[in-house]
Amino acid sequence: MNKFRLGSLFQLTMVRFRLLSREPEAIFWIFVFPILLALGLGVAFRNRPADVLPVAATTPQLVQALAADNGLKARLLDGSSGTRALATGSILLLAIQQPAVVAYQYDDTNPDARIARLLADRAIQTAAGRHDAVSAQNQLVHETGSRYIDFVVPGLLGMNLMGSAIWGLGFAIVEARQKKLLKRMVASPMPRWQYLASFLLSRLVMLVIEVGFFLGFAGVVFGVPFRGSLWQLGFLCALTSMAFSALGLLISSRARTMEAASGLMNVVMLPMWIFSGVFFSASRFPAVIQPFVRALPLTAANDALRANMLQGTGLSHLAVPVAILFAWFVVPFAVSLRIFRWR
Amino acid sequence: MTSPLTPPRKSSSPTLLLRGLRKAYADVQAVDGLDLEVAKGECFGLLGPNGAGKTTTIEICEGLTTPDEGTVEMLGLNWRTGADELRQRIGIQLQETQFPEKLTVEETLRLFRSFYRHGISVDESIRTAQLEEKRRSRVGGLSGGQKQRLAMACALVGDPELLFLDEPTTGLDPQARRHLWDLVDGLKQAGRTVILTTHYMEEAERLCDRVAIMDHGRVIALGTPQQLIATVGGEDIVEFAVTHTEPGSHQPIRGVVDAAELIAIPGVQSHRVDAALHQLSVTELHNSVPRIFAELAAQGLHLSEFRTHSATLEDVFVRLTGRNLRDE
Repeated sequence: MNKFRLGSLFQLTMVRFRLLSREPEAIFWIFVFPILLALGLGVAFRNRPADVLPVAATTPQLVQALAADNGLKARLLDGSSGTRALATGSILLLAIQQPAVVAYQYDDTNPDARIARLLADRAIQTAAGRHDAVSAQNQLVHETGSRYIDFVVPGLLGMNLMGSAIWGLGFAIVEARQKKLLKRMVASPMPRWQYLASFLLSRLVMLVIEVGFFLGFAGVVFGVPFRGSLWQLGFLCALTSMAFSALGLLISSRARTMEAASGLMNVVMLPMWIFSGVFFSASRFPAVIQPFVRALPLTAANDALRANMLQGTGLSHLAVPVAILFAWFVVPFAVSLRIFRWR
Repeated sequence: MTSPLTPPRKSSSPTLLLRGLRKAYADVQAVDGLDLEVAKGECFGLLGPNGAGKTTTIEICEGLTTPDEGTVEMLGLNWRTGADELRQRIGIQLQETQFPEKLTVEETLRLFRSFYRHGISVDESIRTAQLEEKRRSRVGGLSGGQKQRLAMACALVGDPELLFLDEPTTGLDPQARRHLWDLVDGLKQAGRTVILTTHYMEEAERLCDRVAIMDHGRVIALGTPQQLIATVGGEDIVEFAVTHTEPGSHQPIRGVVDAAELIAIPGVQSHRVDAALHQLSVTELHNSVPRIFAELAAQGLHLSEFRTHSATLEDVFVRLTGRNLRDE
């Protein structure tokens, strides 16, 4: 390949950087937005000491027995005001002294109320003289890597790689087509593959900055762990970005207007926002749709990124998600090269 | 003097040769059997109203559209076997390219320069297009005329042997238009072959060595602007409107002209009426005008408008089609 050919690839790639760096909104969505999202989620779901559950009882003896448990905050209420307090949610459980038994009023569909029932019963039985048959001991674990923020950071990374690739490529290509710039470019001797390659190249370079910035922030501020090889993490990010770039190329290969492209992008991305386990585990969805969920590129990306960062899993054990991502790179790329509308 | 149907032979083979070109879109025959030859160094104009097939023809030449039938030969090459080579050797300005607004003039030209093996420097293209002061300005801040000159610079940056300009001055104000004409003049003097489309008659008359007038996908007239104007039959066009006042009334009404009497005046070649405006093509304006005045007075008519102009390509189009160029 002679010099002028590579020169044009360099110029095309530089144009991508110039245009991106002169678009303040793009900088916000790529760099600032994911960090704001991580910050918001990190604050909302930070690990707090276990809640103290509010309960009530109808006799001072029962209140005393309940108050002996650190997990409960007990007060004295008569039957009717206790029922009212239950209804308004200011207590989770009401213990009523009846002639022969103690009755617990609580809502068994509320997990906190079920815990209050267990604690209250234990406190009352202990106060009445029950002894544990087996002696037990608590060893508390607050490990990094099992917090919500540790779970959500790789998910946000995957979602961000998807958004910047699909939006970045899709809108730029459709805009060039709409403004007849694409037509002007193919009327020149520009090698067509270089036009598309310049998008992928600029994406790869942007990736280093984008991912480094986001993960650096998550590492410093939240202490999110990086247990796997950083090179392999870099490879996974690059593969993810290429798969979504190919998808962005496919979405924009025919669309003539921004509106059409924008609609298509939402159709493609919406299922992944929902099903691919960005904010909660994808395994929560019913077994029937699991094959579909597993085949989505963002699910594969999130699984692989989480396995690398949180469990330190090596690439050799990530063959399935890597193969899925690779297929999502090759197939849409090949198809869009065939159907691409150059004018 | 060369025949209007063949270009002046400056080299052995024409720079552009089109034979039997046809192209249909869903419901329109955009180009309907077109033959053209353009010689090296010529500035050739495709003239016609919107929808005449000018842009389709030029895009077939540029390799952007594939014709249904017919052959295109340029610089001894064709699009089937010599596409890469052809793209290196032609320069193109499309009708409505919008370059990225956030790139500067210089960056845009550097990008286009990188596509060509040979070419002029970015500096030279900026100088040719007279954009020196705007070199570091963003494209989004340029005026219409400056954007068009940038498009021209992008077409020139590969030092093309053959240059296609599709409606280069459409939408420009008169001053920007004259500026662009000067630019094309310079290119002609430098010996480049230029093919341009336009629906402005004056532009074609001012710039083109030869003109093909197109209508409904065909060439309906071909020749130098002077040859085509000569076919109108007179050197000048007289336009007038008349009123008539009935005896006893003060309200002037539209007058009825006896056209036969006008045609009978020596020097008057033809007569037509368009929206109450009468048009005569005449020779020897100084002799025929007094006679026209006399005849109209004899018919009891008052002139409400009267003007004359030298015959233009517009008049050629009107004579050939009965329509004005700017009618849709």
